[in-house]
Formats: sequence, C-alpha cells, structure tokens
Amino acid sequence: MNHRPMAHSDLVISLLREPCNATKLSAQDWDLLVRQARHADVMGQLHSRLSDAGQLDNMPEAARRHLETAWNLSQRHRLAVRWELLSIADTLALLNIPVVLLKGAAYFAAGRMAARGRLFTDIDILVPKEALDTVEQIFIRNGWVPTHLNAYDQRYYREWMHELPPMQHARRGTLIDIHHTLLPPTAGILCDAAALIAVARPLEDAELGAFKVLAPSDMLLHSATHLFYGEFDRGLRELLDLDQLIRELATEPDFWPTTITRARQLDLLSPLHHAVRYTHLLLGTPIPDEVLRTQLDPAMGSIRQRLLDGLFLRAFRPDHASCNDALTRLARWLAFVRSHWLRMPVYLLVPHLLYKSLISLRKEEAGG
Amino acid sequence: MPFKPLPADQAMPMLEWGLNWVITNHAHQYLILHAAVVERNGRAMILPAPPGSGKSTLCAALVNRDWRLLSDELTLIRLTDGMVIPISRPVSLKNRSIEIVRKLGKRVVVGQACADTGKGTVAHMRPPTESVRRMDEPARPAWVVFPQFIQNGAMTCEERGKSTAFVELVHNAFNYNLLGLAGFNAMCGLVDACSIHRITYGSLEQAYRAIDALIEE
Repeated sequence: MNHRPMAHSDLVISLLREPCNATKLSAQDWDLLVRQARHADVMGQLHSRLSDAGQLDNMPEAARRHLETAWNLSQRHRLAVRWELLSIADTLALLNIPVVLLKGAAYFAAGRMAARGRLFTDIDILVPKEALDTVEQIFIRNGWVPTHLNAYDQRYYREWMHELPPMQHARRGTLIDIHHTLLPPTAGILCDAAALIAVARPLEDAELGAFKVLAPSDMLLHSATHLFYGEFDRGLRELLDLDQLIRELATEPDFWPTTITRARQLDLLSPLHHAVRYTHLLLGTPIPDEVLRTQLDPAMGSIRQRLLDGLFLRAFRPDHASCNDALTRLARWLAFVRSHWLRMPVYLLVPHLLYKSLISLRKEEAGG
Repeated sequence: MPFKPLPADQAMPMLEWGLNWVITNHAHQYLILHAAVVERNGRAMILPAPPGSGKSTLCAALVNRDWRLLSDELTLIRLTDGMVIPISRPVSLKNRSIEIVRKLGKRVVVGQACADTGKGTVAHMRPPTESVRRMDEPARPAWVVFPQFIQNGAMTCEERGKSTAFVELVHNAFNYNLLGLAGFNAMCGLVDACSIHRITYGSLEQAYRAIDALIEE
C-alpha cells in the first residue's frame, strides 16, 4: 500500500481522531507516538480509542504493551479513586451540605466516557462559599494537611482564587482542591456558583450518594472554562475530555440550546466558543451545523480568531520535542501568560508574576 | 527529567540507573522485585535483599560458580505464567565488593571503578558469555533466599514461613501495589512455587555451603 506519511507532529492527534490510521503507521511512528502520548498524558485514553475501533491487534507488540500498561494503571486508579471518595464521604457525612465533584473525579463517579483510561492526581470538589470554613476545618480534623503554608500563597488563594490552598491527606497522600466557584473572582466573570450547585445532579451509584455532579451543560462549561482559563500544561488531555463530554452529553434533549443559554447566564460564552471550535477542528468532534454557525463569542473578530488559532493549535500538541515548530515554545508561553491575564487584573498580575519569578530564581540558586 | 546530569566519568553507572529506572517505571507486564536472580538446571533462585546486604556480591560469586546470571538487580516475574525473564546485564558492584569480586577468579572481568557517585564507588562485572547467549530463555522460580552478610558472622540457614515471606517480598517489589489483583496472584504463585529460606554468612565459602545444601534438599 502506498500512503502519504503522517506528519510527525500530528501523530497523537491524528490517531485520536481517526483510530483506523493505526494500520498506516510504521514501527518508527509507533515509537514516537508512544513517547508523545506519554508526554501528553493520554496513553490510557489512546488505548480506549484504539480498543473501541478494534485496532489493538493492528499495532506492534512493543507499542501495545505500553498502552496496555497505561490502561491497567487506569483501572487500578479507579479502585483508588473510589476508595478515596468513600473516605471523603465519611469525613463529610455529618455536614449537611451539597458536595459537588468536579473534573476527573466527577467523570469517574458519573460513569462518563471521559473517565476511561484517564489518570488524575487530585480530587476537586465544589461547596457553597458560606460552608467553606466549616468544610476546611472538618478536613483538617480528619487528617488533611494544608499545603502552601507561606503567607504569600495563603493570601493568594484565599483572597484571589476560586479554591482553598490544596490540602493533602497526611497518610494517604491524596490531594484535594476545595472550590467555592469555577473561576477566580479576580477574573471579573460573574459565574454564579450557587446556580450551579442548585441544579447539580445526584449520582446513580448509591455508594457515592454523598456527592453530586454538575448538570450536563454545566459540566461541559466547567471543563471548557478550566481548559481555556487554565495554564495549558495538559491541553490535549483536557481537549479530549471536552470531546468525550460533547459526544456523550449532546444526546441529552435540547443539549445545545440549553448549553448556549446557560453559558450566556454564567458569562462563559467565550470558553464555550473555544471548546466547540478546537474539539471540532482537532478531534473531529461532531457539532451540529447550526451551533458551528452561531457566533458564540460576540467579541471574536476574524483577526483575533486567527491569532488564537496560531496559539492554540500549537499549544494543544503534545509537549514533546518532535511536535514543536519554531513558534511552539512561544505559543505555549503565550497560552500560559494568557491564562493569567484572563484570571487576574494587571495590577495584581504583574506583582504576582514578579514575586513568583523571584522565588523560582532563589530556588535555583539554592538548589545549585 | 528523572535524572540530573552527572560528570562524564559517571556515565556507566548513570546508564545502568537509567535502564533500571525505565524498567521499574514501564515494564508493568512483570511483577518487578528488587532482587538478584540466578539459574541452574532450569530452576531460578531469587535473592531479594536491601542494599548493603551483599546481594550483588553473592550474585557475582554464584555466576562464577556455574550459575546462569538472570539479573543482579531486578527480578522480572512474567504475570501470565510466573516465569523469570532474564536481563543479562553487567553486574553492578559497590565499594568493598569490587575488590572481592576481582579476586574471584581469572575469568572475572571488572570494569573501571568510578569513585564518588551517589552510591559510593561503583564498578561493573562483565556477565558470563553463556548468560548473555541464553538471555531469551526464561526460568521457573524454585527458591527464594534472603541473604545477609555479617562481618565475622557464622553460617545460619532457616526456613521462612510463606506468609512472612510474602510480606517481605511485597516490601521488595517495585510495582506490587500498581498491579493490583494481578500482582497479588503473581506473588501468591511465586511463594507457593518456591522453598524459602534466610541465610546469614561471614564469608562466600559459607554462603556456597548454605546454598549447596539448599539445592540438594
């Protein structure tokens, strides 16, 4: 067979998009692919896509072993997450407040496709802002230890962020992020967390009855917000989350009209626009034509869109030398700066970044 | 990046640690034990022990007495059938063991010693040609021996209970927790299949005698 070779920089994305391309890869392609996928933290997800497409037998044994290992790890991870969630449920049992799981833990607990093969390092929960102090105290009394103990970081989180400083369980080592809303208040976006909690859904899994998850539209909007207001260090993995959520949630009745209305209410039209555009462009996520034609983000002109494409289409590639072109480093750096720019007004941002660079300089000197 | 750059003359130890790192972090189709392993007549003897117990020295000594080298550092137990998969690489020697191994015999080749590494002075012994030639040939585990060198000590040899040994082996495993049920099953299979002993010795001669007695049982 005579095939045009696939660009090396697009191996992972191309295979996620079209798992049947597995038959076109050479042994060298597979070697590179495994390394790229590992850097992008999407090994387990790649395994499920290839497995769904019946392609696992079409790959070299050596490459398949790496993907199978990643898959086995993710299965083991599910057991650990369940155990952790049950322990957290015990901790919060006496508090009569709604506790909403976010991100990876939510996809797992709700049995979403996005959880398949996925690993995550911390558990994210959302609680009503007025309950924040009580929740923090309960966690501390049950063996969780606050991290980021210095005064600057404490103030950074408590005054400016949408979450408490992360806490870690002293024995189990698990990290938990306790959120009171989805975005830092300093981002200047309204995003009414009480409205999200009010319509959060109970879980079908009775053992995890202590928790809720966001309603479908809200789940997608949060995932989009986390990615497009975030630091982009795991861009492709999060884009894959969005792809899976859209494929699965769009089957709910009136999903798209509800989601667009909801995004307008919560002031999250811009991340929704990006989510729709880049999942569709990169991963071929099915999006109805009328949604693609809708001007979701009124502020998005064509020049701005071209610039952002230049930025994101590079920053979504796996962070691996073989995926980089001359502008990739710049694009990644700009994506990082952009996330901070969106999250904080400039009079807070500049001193914050200065402080952080001083600290890292000092650490480098001390570390030699 | 898992490793900080090291001076050029530490390249050989660095290469060895790098290979170990890759195996322990990625080769999860095996239950990976921190243990030397040698073979005779198709039967493997696993020697798990903490650093400093004399495991590598004993391993080097045994492979110069007609045991086949499977590994001096990482015992790979295949999950599908419980067989030990060889990695016939140079045997890593540290500090005083380097001189002891150099004196084992005329056939022994030990490379240049590399001083002041993170683990002290390190050198590598060339694996026997026969072991390298047969590196694709797995072996069935038959013995687990926990060795302990004691300066001027006497030779002792005692049988270990299966459950105690199980727990000790779990402590010596790199990926037991990660493998979940598959790891538990592989460990049960290993403990069931092997006769398990703890030996102490004050000289290699004593260790040979203890091991010869074990394999004759």
